[in-house]
Amino acid sequence: MQQANTSQRSVPATRKSGARLAWIGRAFLLALALFAVIVLVRSFFDNPQLFAQIVISGLQLGFVYALIALGYTMVYGIVKLINFAHGDVFMAGAFVSFFAVTRFQLHLWPAMVFPNLPPIVVTVVGSITVILLSMAVCALMAVTIERVAYKPLRTAPRIAALITAIGVSFFLEYFGALNFVFSPRFIPYQRPFDVVTWYIFDGIHQVMPGQNPPQGSITFSNIAIIIMVVSILMQLSLQFLVRRTRIGKAMRATAFDKQAAQLMGINVDRVISITFAIGSAFAGLGGVLYAIAYPSINTLLGVLPGLKAFVAAVLGGIGSIPGAFVGALIMGQAEALTAGYISTPMRDAIAFTILIVVLLVRPTGIFGEPEKEKA
Amino acid sequence: MELDPLSLLISIVKIAAVMAWVYGLLRVMGHASKWVKIGGIIALFAVVQLAISINVGDSPILNNFDTGLLFQACTITMVSLGLNLIYGFNGQFSLGQWGFYGIGAYAAADITYRWTNGDAAGLLVAGIGVILIGVVILGLNRFLSRYRGLPVLSAFTLYLIGVIIAGVAAYYIGATLGPMLAPLFGTSDVPGILRSDLALQVVFVLAVFIAGAFAAEVAFLFGLPVLTLGSDYFGIASLGFVIVVNTLMVNSDTILPFPEMKGGRGMVGIPQVTTWFYAFFFLLLVIVVMRNIIHSSTGRAILSVREDETASKAMGINIANYKLLSFVTGSLFAGLGGGVYAHYIGFLSPGTFDFLIGFNPLIIVVFGGLGSMTGTLVAGFFWMFFLEGMLRVLLGQLGTEAPTWRFVLYPITLLLMMLVRPKGLLGSVEWGFLKRPVAPRRGGNDSARGPAGVVPALK
Repeated sequence: MQQANTSQRSVPATRKSGARLAWIGRAFLLALALFAVIVLVRSFFDNPQLFAQIVISGLQLGFVYALIALGYTMVYGIVKLINFAHGDVFMAGAFVSFFAVTRFQLHLWPAMVFPNLPPIVVTVVGSITVILLSMAVCALMAVTIERVAYKPLRTAPRIAALITAIGVSFFLEYFGALNFVFSPRFIPYQRPFDVVTWYIFDGIHQVMPGQNPPQGSITFSNIAIIIMVVSILMQLSLQFLVRRTRIGKAMRATAFDKQAAQLMGINVDRVISITFAIGSAFAGLGGVLYAIAYPSINTLLGVLPGLKAFVAAVLGGIGSIPGAFVGALIMGQAEALTAGYISTPMRDAIAFTILIVVLLVRPTGIFGEPEKEKA
Repeated sequence: MELDPLSLLISIVKIAAVMAWVYGLLRVMGHASKWVKIGGIIALFAVVQLAISINVGDSPILNNFDTGLLFQACTITMVSLGLNLIYGFNGQFSLGQWGFYGIGAYAAADITYRWTNGDAAGLLVAGIGVILIGVVILGLNRFLSRYRGLPVLSAFTLYLIGVIIAGVAAYYIGATLGPMLAPLFGTSDVPGILRSDLALQVVFVLAVFIAGAFAAEVAFLFGLPVLTLGSDYFGIASLGFVIVVNTLMVNSDTILPFPEMKGGRGMVGIPQVTTWFYAFFFLLLVIVVMRNIIHSSTGRAILSVREDETASKAMGINIANYKLLSFVTGSLFAGLGGGVYAHYIGFLSPGTFDFLIGFNPLIIVVFGGLGSMTGTLVAGFFWMFFLEGMLRVLLGQLGTEAPTWRFVLYPITLLLMMLVRPKGLLGSVEWGFLKRPVAPRRGGNDSARGPAGVVPALK
């Protein structure tokens, strides 16, 4: 490198334009894309059922990531902070529902209060109660974290807040791993409702307990449908909140220019707290759904989904809500397809590879607006 | 259970002694006369060496546990110094240091493992490969500097192709040279100098350097496109790098063609050749090299990139080059540290290089103070002896569960540190050797000299 620097100084003043070589980079990207397309198309024609199955599992994953990514993108849009603790709030959501269901049987409260209710109503109302409780606890937790750890550093260098966020994240993970809290082991998670699986093979049939779906069928479960529906509903309601309501307007104003918003009489602290609360409530919801779908939880549960959701938010253009959604879906598909067709262990690696490639081509992400130069 | 007051006292004395030793190291190296410096360094080396070899009663003054802490303190300090160069001095928020540490550890371990198992070709392939790749990178760098405003993707593609060709060439050269040189080196059936102890020491030193260079070359390929992303995105991408490296380690016997690394089960049978001499030597090397970089014009350029990119661009500084330079150098240090660590511990498992543990160097650098080599040194040794050594032993006396409390204490101290003293323990203070050298006097004009020992603080 030292040599390179001296050679840099000694080059003649008239240098050739590097734009002439831009095709090399484009050809490289094209080759990568072509490779991916060929792999996908070949595997699709190889076994369409398997392909559909993988896509469904990717959708399920992607919609969970979307719920987490919303919180990341909102917080980053407003305070420009990678909230590393967000993944652990997601974990907390799963644990709150675990305690509510296993220890306190909260999902059965309608049956205890009104013994004559039909079981379907009991399940629905009970599960919704559990989910709402998790969301509320997560929102409260995030607001506390914001007040205690991030607010004092709002004027400090950005990196100080980032390191604080890492500290908070570690604290939540390892405090939770203490034996008298949750213990570091994987804990089997008791679902508030039963998972029903169907398979498509000459029409839709339910998979009976102890029965295997026939070869070549596509299976899907009620939890996948619930995750998709809930995630889309949340996305729409958030879109409504941000675009149509007063608090949404205040959020957009704060994200655009914090000082100017303050001068216009917006309580910026309150807006930031509300943003944290909403984002974390979504993460808590995601945590419950994730735990129901993959019923084994421990305190490091939120680390990788959190990171991937952040990658998804960046991919879609950080600060943009539809971007986070689209990015998360891409991430889910990429992960599922990589696990299915390339190699299972590489599924954690693919997210970051995609991130790097997309950011190199579009530095602000898919939906991101070009950043304005600040004076 | 109760704490033993005597062991507490001994631990405190030990930590104080280590801190005094670090202080002495920096003081001694800063003295004016060359012979005093060399003598002082030898004395400091000898003090510890004597403590390791002299027995008091039936165990040496520094027992196995203490020497282990000492070696690990040296390696983690090397890794953290590299991170400080990248993050503290150049302002690039990198979380990827642990990945380069792991690459260095595995690369060095693989070379010596093959050597002790009668396969000299590993050393040949790695050595030739590292040299060839380095030549290709430098040559391409020279060639591409003729182009103005070259898109980074094109440059990356060219480097990638060059590196792959060089790697394949090195493999074939090594594979053909290996059997040809077998009479010289010996094989596992007819061990020649393969079995010799001295040769192993030489191979170990070579392996550590090769591992460092290899980590640096990987850092070059990774950093070239990724450093252009900007601070937060770079941090996340480098964190992703650690995860990718860790995934590859877990699958080193299935995805990568290295059955001797044994994947997730961990690599065993690495010769334990690291002695106090090597740990000290490599730490000293890293300190001296980094100090000389920082106080040179290159170092000032690196600092200026941290302070204000636009202004330094206006001063004619090639920002991308200096970012890459500091990133590659920092990763080189991490690779060296990894090589030393692997040959101390003798067993490598992917769990050691997990990205959650990878935050440790960051915590050390932040504790010591961003942009303070002294701070990193002190924090690194203190970290190892206080948190890993004393606290683990003391908490272990309290109960079986208590040691896990350390992981709760780390983030709390980190949080308090950030809230109370965001500039780190030592801020930007440097001691002795690490101070900026005073410029020679010109005609007794004192104002020609800048304030010594002060590196501008991070804004």
